[in-house]
Amino acid sequence: MKKSTNVTAQRNNRWALLGIKAMVGVVVLILIALLGDILITGLPHVSWHFLTSPSKDFGAGGGIANQLFNSIYILVLTLLISCPIALGAGIYLSEFARPNFLTSVIRTIIEVLSSLPSIVIGLFGYLILVIKFQFDFSIFSGAIAVMLVNLPLLTRNTEEALHAVPQTQREAGWALGLSKWRTISRIILPAAIPGLVTGVILSAGRIFGEAAALIYTAGQSAPLISYTNWNPFSPTSFLNPMRPAETLAVHIWKLNTDGITPDATQISSGASAVLIIVILIIILGSRWLGSYLYRKMGGTKS
Amino acid sequence: MKSRPWLAAVAIITGLSLLSGCGTKDKANSVTAVGSTALQPLVQKAGTDYQHVHPETNITVQGGGSGTGLGQVESGAVNIGNSDIFAQEKPGVTASKLKDHQVAVVGVVPVVNEKNGVKNLSEEQLQRIFTGKVKNWKEVGGHNVPIIVINRSQGSGTRKTFESKILHGQEAVKSQEQDSNGTVKKIVANTPGTISYLSLPYLSTDVQPVKINHVVANYHNITTNKWQLWSYEHMYTSKKPTEKTQKFIDYILSPATQQNLVRKAGYVSVHDMKVYATADGQIHQKQPKKGVK
Amino acid sequence: MNDVQRKLMQPSAATKQDRRGKIISLICIVFILILTVSLIGFIAVRGLATFFTNHVSLREFFFSSAWNPGQLGKNGQPQVGAAAMITASFAVTLLSAILATPFAVAVALYMTELAPKRGARLLQPVIELLVGIPSVVYGFIGLIVVVPAIRTLFGGTGFGVLAGSLVLFVMILPTITSLTIDSLKQVPDYYRSASLALGATRWQTIYKVILRAALPGILTAVVFGMARAFGEALAVQMVIGNAALMPTSLVTPTATLTSQLTSQMGDTIMGTLPNNALWSLALVLLLMSVIFNVLIKWIGKRGEMQK
Repeated sequence: MKKSTNVTAQRNNRWALLGIKAMVGVVVLILIALLGDILITGLPHVSWHFLTSPSKDFGAGGGIANQLFNSIYILVLTLLISCPIALGAGIYLSEFARPNFLTSVIRTIIEVLSSLPSIVIGLFGYLILVIKFQFDFSIFSGAIAVMLVNLPLLTRNTEEALHAVPQTQREAGWALGLSKWRTISRIILPAAIPGLVTGVILSAGRIFGEAAALIYTAGQSAPLISYTNWNPFSPTSFLNPMRPAETLAVHIWKLNTDGITPDATQISSGASAVLIIVILIIILGSRWLGSYLYRKMGGTKS
Repeated sequence: MKSRPWLAAVAIITGLSLLSGCGTKDKANSVTAVGSTALQPLVQKAGTDYQHVHPETNITVQGGGSGTGLGQVESGAVNIGNSDIFAQEKPGVTASKLKDHQVAVVGVVPVVNEKNGVKNLSEEQLQRIFTGKVKNWKEVGGHNVPIIVINRSQGSGTRKTFESKILHGQEAVKSQEQDSNGTVKKIVANTPGTISYLSLPYLSTDVQPVKINHVVANYHNITTNKWQLWSYEHMYTSKKPTEKTQKFIDYILSPATQQNLVRKAGYVSVHDMKVYATADGQIHQKQPKKGVK
Repeated sequence: MNDVQRKLMQPSAATKQDRRGKIISLICIVFILILTVSLIGFIAVRGLATFFTNHVSLREFFFSSAWNPGQLGKNGQPQVGAAAMITASFAVTLLSAILATPFAVAVALYMTELAPKRGARLLQPVIELLVGIPSVVYGFIGLIVVVPAIRTLFGGTGFGVLAGSLVLFVMILPTITSLTIDSLKQVPDYYRSASLALGATRWQTIYKVILRAALPGILTAVVFGMARAFGEALAVQMVIGNAALMPTSLVTPTATLTSQLTSQMGDTIMGTLPNNALWSLALVLLLMSVIFNVLIKWIGKRGEMQK
């Protein structure tokens, strides 16, 4: 009797594990097909000229130089604004907040923000930032709008990364007589760095591919800019955060919906491929950075 | 101190937001145009060209739709509101507060998937298709394929043009709606049985344009109103536009821009039109020497 | 009082630091809360205008499927019935979540329990990559690949709920997967050891211990996925068909709340009924995400108690 249940259990085990693997196989196939399709149709159009020349309104042969730069600029600006805020909020939720009704309301509100469609956030940004506060269509408006999309996700990630640090580490810190804040900043944060970095990467990828929130905030045109003008107040400077800036993802959207150039499809697939490659670089780069930081901090501090 | 870089980051952000808040923007030298996505590439190209000659003027062009353009220019948030339709046609806009600049004429052409086997339709057939009375292409001389109507979204200028000239007030069949030329083109190119309509500049070889009553949609036929599906592209300003705004519009209306850029972009120059239309849809002869129609 | 006493009475440097830390982090969270609340308030004011300023009845909005806010209907009232869009949004969201969840959990299990090293190294970057692909690209591929496939397999035009769900399936897969992975990782290792030591097979350990323990986290992952599906606009818009009609089957063209919102927002004038009606759709989206969140919280709590 006992043996037979054991055998059934073993058989179930085998089938279940096989089932999981089969499902993973299906997912992997979909992913390969998807990425392969984007890269194969896109890469042939990517060239040095494509990456370094500005886009054209009419006629073939436009590039994506400005859009690529704008995407990176908005990414950096957004992360610069949202990382500290999300870090602080995550610390509060994970370390200070008591598990009571208020905290759960706060969590729910943050989750609601995260589930708001980015198009709604984009329109909100348009009416409030662009029109009300007169930031106009600009990198700055775009960065704030994307920040709204990004903050809840990043906060949640931070909280979870901090939660994942074993409680014993905190207790060890307190036992050594460290204050709560010191325990957090000296023990918990370094231990949570790989998790934090993963969160930032995930959101970086999302920011880079975000279009809906940017269409009405950062704008849909990439006016002439000069890469030699380092004065961030000059309207033609590439550093000016108040200039309108079409990002790569918005450019792809634009080409697909209203592309008027004869090679719109090619540019769009080329730009998609570039976008994926950049995201891949971000992911691999920060992964390397995360493990490097982990090794360094673990090596000297413990 | 572990919290130092953290505080530094906060400081940077505060500084940055202050900086951008005070970022002095030269309102007098900048011209902002918002609105119609169909007109956007043209104005944008003109803006870029203009800036080559007048580097002191900073021209910003954005899409957002005709409704956005009209609404924004009326509220004074932007200098120019690009629109595919007359301000009078848009409920909620006080047209008398705005000044109309008709900068180009755009043709609208019905397009079908190549597999439908139709290259010409009469106006009546077109009307019956879009009101849902004809359901299969074989009824209008095509293959045995069910008809799929793709309309443009409500309020779109292109749809307004199409419906006023073809449907004459009849209600279109409830159908799929798309809000942009590019998407419409993709769907029609990839889906057998589909019919829709595009702005002429967006027409390309992957969809089949349809002749109406054997008239081809081309430059000449539009100028003479032999091809009746056309409308103006408007750039609305306030009654008293700023000096730079006026100069920019003058530049777009100049014969050089009209003959080169506007024509190259697939639009029809307003100077070449032999007829003109008023906001109520009436067509009038410009010079009463050549009788068409 | 001497100096020593005073020193002892005063809060120490560490206490001050503690307080400062707490205040800074509190400011951050309050900042997020203010942003969210103002966003919600803004949408609510705009969205409610349809009912208070334009006097559209709630019953018509939720139960009529005649959507044509720019024109007057036969009864002389503007047609602002959102039932079709609401139904379609729900259908697309639920279907894609039902499709994606088993796959996402399988991938997450594979990466954390079955092949943590190999699986994680290969799959993790790919999954993160998928999050970053712009929705337009998904929509475009959906239009070129999914829609024709459905047309040949099931007939109809190919546009509709099914096409939307399939595109969303791929889009929310990485979201659900990566959050599930997080919650699986949080299951303490001694749960696994204890279960295996009791002679349970791996599947029994996974099914009876790990998944149970991670259930609230997995449910949260599903909500996040559903939220993304519910709010996704640009990709769905390209494959759903955008016809404000009640979906009669999985392959008839329809429209979701978001697709309607994106495709019409630019053509309406701020403050007019058609514009307000669109904000009402946004308000519905917002309310739905609140309801989703509360619901899942509740389920999660019950799951926790049974543990």
